[in-house]
Amino acid sequence: MKSSAGLHFKTYLLILLMVIFGPLGNVLLGKGMKRIGAANIGTAAEALDLLSRVLTSGTIWLGIASLITFFVAYTLVLSWADYSYVQPASSVAYGVVALLAHFILREVVTPMRWMGVLVICLGVLVVGHTAPRTTEPT
Amino acid sequence: MRELIFYLLIIGAGTGGELCVTRAMKAVGEVKDFRPAALMGVAIRALRVSWMWIGLMLMGTAFFALLAMLSMENVSLVVPVTALSYAAGALGGKFFLGEQVTRKRWTGVLLVCIGVALVIMGRR
Repeated sequence: MKSSAGLHFKTYLLILLMVIFGPLGNVLLGKGMKRIGAANIGTAAEALDLLSRVLTSGTIWLGIASLITFFVAYTLVLSWADYSYVQPASSVAYGVVALLAHFILREVVTPMRWMGVLVICLGVLVVGHTAPRTTEPT
Repeated sequence: MRELIFYLLIIGAGTGGELCVTRAMKAVGEVKDFRPAALMGVAIRALRVSWMWIGLMLMGTAFFALLAMLSMENVSLVVPVTALSYAAGALGGKFFLGEQVTRKRWTGVLLVCIGVALVIMGRR
């Protein structure tokens, strides 16, 4: 039988990868989309034009690469851990997003928004003290 | 109105996609070998599960909705708003995947949701 410590270690390791690469991907996508401008997809031609601008942006592709790394870690951890455990546990990424948005994108993050991030992290701590798996492995 | 539709797509299609991917990965089984060749085998097995394809399509839809929102709003607003999927995710985990969501875990999810609400209210 797999030891509980081992199960927790690999769960935490992959969640750490998710917490780093998920926010980084979102920030890069945000930076890329801000350069492209507000999405206007009223007609098929406009949608195609937007798609071509998205697919030729290096920043967007870096963001996609980060999100693929996030997705691989996410998919692997979901092979043994509960979805309702992994999803909230990875929410510390919201704090990382706010930090990256503030320091890299120079977005103004208000005190109430920082408070919200703190409460999210508190929720993550509560979730982290529950068992990673509540169903039998198939 | 347009923003509401994009947020609904991000949350609805995103959560639905994640639940489908989870169901597929549970069918594949726990990953114990992390060598590249073994991981490739896991990927091939996962792609043979129809839930994985449905999940990927839903997540793709959510991704393009996210791109659209990021072109209009700040990252520090859009990304936290998408965390509203936590409630949907916990419900989906319980009813779609048969997971036992304990009272303690519900409390954590509730705190996360309150935090998200504060983030939204913190909009300048």
